[in-house]
Amino acid sequence: MEQHMIYLDNNATTAMHEDVIEAVHQANMLYGNASSMHMAGRQAALAIEQGRQSLASLIDAEPSWIVFTSGASEANNTVFNIFKERIDIGSKRNRMVTTTIEHPSIIETVKYLKQHGYKVDECPVDHTGMVNMDAMKSLLGEDVALVSVMLGNNEIGTIQPVAEIAGLAHQVGAYVHTDATQAIGKIPVSMRELGVDYLSLSSHKFYGPKGVGALAVKAKAPYTPLVHGGHQEGGKRAGTYNTPSIVGMGVAASIAQRDQKEEQEKLWKLREMLRLGILQRISNVVVNGNQEHCLPGTLDVSFPHAEGESILLYLDMEGIMVSTGSACASGSLEPSYVLLASGVDIELAHGSIRFSFGRYNTEQDVAYVLEKLPPIIKRLREMSTR
Amino acid sequence: MTNFMSQWVYTPVVKDHFMNPRNTLREDEQFDADGIGNVGSLACGDQMEVLIKVKDDKIADLRWLTYGCASAIASTSMMSEMAIGLTLEQAYHLTPAAITEALGGLPEHKFHCSVLGDKALRAAIDDYLAKQGRENPFKKHVAKTICECKNVTDVQIEDLVKTKQAKTLEQLQEITEYGTVCGKCKQAVSELFDEYKHIYNV
Repeated sequence: MEQHMIYLDNNATTAMHEDVIEAVHQANMLYGNASSMHMAGRQAALAIEQGRQSLASLIDAEPSWIVFTSGASEANNTVFNIFKERIDIGSKRNRMVTTTIEHPSIIETVKYLKQHGYKVDECPVDHTGMVNMDAMKSLLGEDVALVSVMLGNNEIGTIQPVAEIAGLAHQVGAYVHTDATQAIGKIPVSMRELGVDYLSLSSHKFYGPKGVGALAVKAKAPYTPLVHGGHQEGGKRAGTYNTPSIVGMGVAASIAQRDQKEEQEKLWKLREMLRLGILQRISNVVVNGNQEHCLPGTLDVSFPHAEGESILLYLDMEGIMVSTGSACASGSLEPSYVLLASGVDIELAHGSIRFSFGRYNTEQDVAYVLEKLPPIIKRLREMSTR
Repeated sequence: MTNFMSQWVYTPVVKDHFMNPRNTLREDEQFDADGIGNVGSLACGDQMEVLIKVKDDKIADLRWLTYGCASAIASTSMMSEMAIGLTLEQAYHLTPAAITEALGGLPEHKFHCSVLGDKALRAAIDDYLAKQGRENPFKKHVAKTICECKNVTDVQIEDLVKTKQAKTLEQLQEITEYGTVCGKCKQAVSELFDEYKHIYNV
């Protein structure tokens, strides 16, 4: 029997591109410490600077703005820490504004800051996961130090009007951060056009290696290191350079920039094929998120009377890999906070499945899912309380 | 437990019961139940219904429906196999631990899912006895879960109130985390709390 392996969890992580694997392999031989002055060190440093340029080019930023990190979680933590420290030394701007559907590396950081007495407001979103602009406007004021809004949501794919929010935030003198992790390579991302002061990204979401990412920081934006201990990155982030991963991320960035338009069209086509196919074949389904402003490869669907973890595991048996917002799969008892914050009914959140496409998916993959998914939902619904 | 994850997220027995659940109620099936028990809620992510036929105070047959994750489905399925043929008293004392053991274990955070099966069975037996107009001789021996989400029982609340570990509802919530997920139990917990405070005069 043919074993299917259909990976539809590309928002969780992507497979490395073969050119990236090769580049990482080659860069593993650049053993020198990039901070060393001798030849081995200089070779490594040169490779790292090439990676920096490729990455800067991808997000339309200056290479000097790039601070390499271990990933987007560290980048997000770094940004909040910068403003925490400014508040600690008595800045009159002592409030931060973010949203209710950010990545956990921001949600949990905010929770921590609030527990320690810092003022952070979380702007609500509408039923499609879009920031409520009226609420955002009312939260902005002269006391706001930082506004942080993600570009594309990891779970439902909703794309926020970050440029518009940045304009408003700058009017009141606040700095602006966006977590662009999910958007990179899928939609055009220009740090200049977005007008943000800080931007976080992670390599493994665009076919690069895991454990490496970056925070892009505009030249005049405040900065405080999160990791102390060395002069790497102009003193912005200590720690010996992760040469192979940075090189791999650089190659991934070049590929992402080269293929972005094509990839966007392809992902959207596959996503829409699946969405329409599901609506045609399965009754009583709810598509979550914003269908107009949406990451091209993300489709989040709720199946009432079929629980998410069960759907996920039955699909897994057929070789189809997805993720769910169900509480049962999360290790906690709470279902997806993103869906709940968007006002999605808690029962629908328990039955949500996220399909996230990537460059290696095909139309055959969609056809296979459309063959296997309907009987699974039917079976679970028959077994379910009614 | 180590090759558990590499093989599958659950034990082979759980997998078997999840893939091939026993004694589910078919849509076209006519099952004249003598007692029906319903526990859990869709909001909590798992809900179960157990239907029993009783003959000579034994569970003669059983059907079930479950909305829930793999461990909830497998637990109900295993419960159904274990319960058929038991006397009402034996069935009433079927524990989540026994079901979990028969399944070859569940991940720790999944234990919650397994407690509903036996509770639904008890609810069905309660329903059967009530319909018969009979006293329930088993009930007083069994702790009743008040907060489904965090698995907080009346016995536990009673104990915390009695020993003055929980002097306020806030303290009770801090210790047990009751009502922190779906919040449906808050009213019931509050009433029980007041009742126990009255009983133990604390």
